[in-house]
Amino acid sequence: MSSSGETELIKLQEVADLPYHWSAGKYGSKFLRSLRDEKKLWGTRCPQCEKVYFPPREVCGPCFAYIDEWVELSTEGTLMAFSVVNFPFIDPELGDKRPVPYTFGYIQLDGCDTAMSHFVNEHDHTKLSGGMRVKAVFKEDGQRVGNMLDILYFEIKEKQ
Amino acid sequence: MGQRVAAVGFGQTYHRSRRDDVNGIELIGEAVRSALEDAELTIDDIDAIVIGNMDHFEAVNYMDNWSADGTGAFMKPVFKVTTGGTTGTTVGIAGYHHVASEMFDVVLAVGWEKNSESDTTGAIITCSDPIFDRFSFSGALPGLAVEASAYMKQYGVKEEDAARVAVRDRRHGALNPYSHLQSEITTEDVLNSTMLSYPVKLLDICPRTDGAGAVIFAGERKAKKISPRPAWVIGTSVRHANCYFGDVDYTANDSLKYATRELFGNVGIKEPLKELDLVELYQPYTFAGLKWMEYMGICGPGESPQLVWDGVTDLGGELPFNPSGGVLCTNCIGATGMLRIGEAALQIQGKAGARQVEGANLALATGFGGTFWTDMMLLSSRPW
Repeated sequence: MSSSGETELIKLQEVADLPYHWSAGKYGSKFLRSLRDEKKLWGTRCPQCEKVYFPPREVCGPCFAYIDEWVELSTEGTLMAFSVVNFPFIDPELGDKRPVPYTFGYIQLDGCDTAMSHFVNEHDHTKLSGGMRVKAVFKEDGQRVGNMLDILYFEIKEKQ
Repeated sequence: MGQRVAAVGFGQTYHRSRRDDVNGIELIGEAVRSALEDAELTIDDIDAIVIGNMDHFEAVNYMDNWSADGTGAFMKPVFKVTTGGTTGTTVGIAGYHHVASEMFDVVLAVGWEKNSESDTTGAIITCSDPIFDRFSFSGALPGLAVEASAYMKQYGVKEEDAARVAVRDRRHGALNPYSHLQSEITTEDVLNSTMLSYPVKLLDICPRTDGAGAVIFAGERKAKKISPRPAWVIGTSVRHANCYFGDVDYTANDSLKYATRELFGNVGIKEPLKELDLVELYQPYTFAGLKWMEYMGICGPGESPQLVWDGVTDLGGELPFNPSGGVLCTNCIGATGMLRIGEAALQIQGKAGARQVEGANLALATGFGGTFWTDMMLLSSRPW
C-alpha cells in the first residue's frame, strides 16, 4: 500500500482517438473545390434580403429563404476585428497544442456581407487595427487539398 | 391549463477549481441534496427532473441517465437540455415551462460541470462549424476580445474601466462562502495580470470551475406551502442567433437587446435601473459588465463606466450586479446559468446572507452563450 493509504484519490486518463468525417454538402463542396482548383472564393446571395454570405449556404437564416444564386467574392477584404491569441490549448482536430501566438481575425471580403474567420500573419497587436485592408495568401498550386487552410493566412495589404 | 411558478429551493456545491474528491454523479448529488434540504422536501416530492451540462466537457453520453443516482431520477421523468453557455438558464427555463404547463407540480432543475476533467478551450471549440470555423477558432476568449476591442474603440472605454468590474465582483465573491474565488483584487492587479488575448487579461475573464447548482420550481398551489417567501418567475425570454462566427456583429449584442425588450415589455418595466433590485448577469468577462448593461437599456451607450465607477452596481448601490460574485468568481459552465437563477431566487427569498441585497423584490438572471445568445428569467417576491 502506498504512503497516501486510504486518502489517495485516483484519476484515470483516457486519450481518445475518435475520427470524424464531415460532409461539406453541395454548397460547401463547390466553395472548397473552387478554392482548391482555382484559388477563387464564392458566396451565395439571399433572394429576399440580398445579403451575400460566406460561408456559402443554402438558406438565409434570418429570412429562412432558399438561396441558389452564387456570387464570386474578392480575395481581398477588410479586417473587421481581431485578437492575438497568447494562451496554449489543445486543438481538438490535432489532439496537440495549437502554436501560439497567432492572430485570429474576422475578414469581410469585398462583395460579401458577412465575415470569414481566419489567421492574420501579424502577431503584434499594436500593428493591427480594425479597418485595415488585407489579402488572402494561398498555398502553392498542387498543395491545396480543399479545406480552409488552403488559404494560409491573410496579410496586411498596406501599412496604415 | 397553466399555472404560476416559483423557485422554492436552491442548492449548490462549494465551488473549486478541481473536485478530485467526487465524481460527476457525487458532485450533482451534493447540489441536489442541498436544494431538497433548502426547500425542506424529499426526492419523493419531485415530479420530474431537467438536467444539463456542456457537450464534450466530461465526454459522458446519456449524461441524464448516468447521473440518475445523483439527481434522484430513478423511475422519474428526466430530460436533458444543453445549449452551450446558456445551458444552466435554459435548464431553469425548461423546468419553469414544465411546471407552468401544469403537467408537473414540482420540478428539479440541475446544471453541473467538472471543467477540470478536460481541456475547456478544446471542448468549447467543438461547438464551431468543423469545416469553416473550427480551424482558426480558439474558444470563448477571442470572440469576447474582439467584442471588447470594438467597444473600446467605439466609446473610448479604457482597460481600467473594465478592471473596476472585476474589483466589484471579486469583492462580492469574497462574501459568498460557495464562491470559487474568494479574494479581493485591485484595478492594478487586473491591469498587471497576464495578457491572454488583447485586451482581455487573466483577471478580466472567468475561471474554470468544478461545481453544480440545483433549483426547485413549484406550481402556485404548492409553492406557498413549501416556502414562506417563494421567488415567483414573472417572465422569461430566449434569443438564439447565427450559426457561423463571421455572421455575428460583435459591435452589438442584438440577442440581449431583443430578449430584454421582450421581457421588460411583457412585465411593464420602463426604468430598469430604478425598478430592478439586482441583476445576476452571466458576465463571462469584465467588458460585458459594461457594454451589456447598455444593451439591456440600464443606461445609454458608452455611459456604463461612469455608473460602475460611481458604485451604482456595487452591493449597497442603486442596482447591484452579481452580488454572488458572479461568473468572474465561479464558472462551472453547465451550472453557471443555474447559479444566476438560484442566486436571484435566494435574494428574493432573503436568504443570501452576507451578500443579501436589502429589500430585494425584483431580480433578473441572465444566460449567455454561443454566438451571443441570451436567456433571461425575472424573479419577483410577488406572483405575476
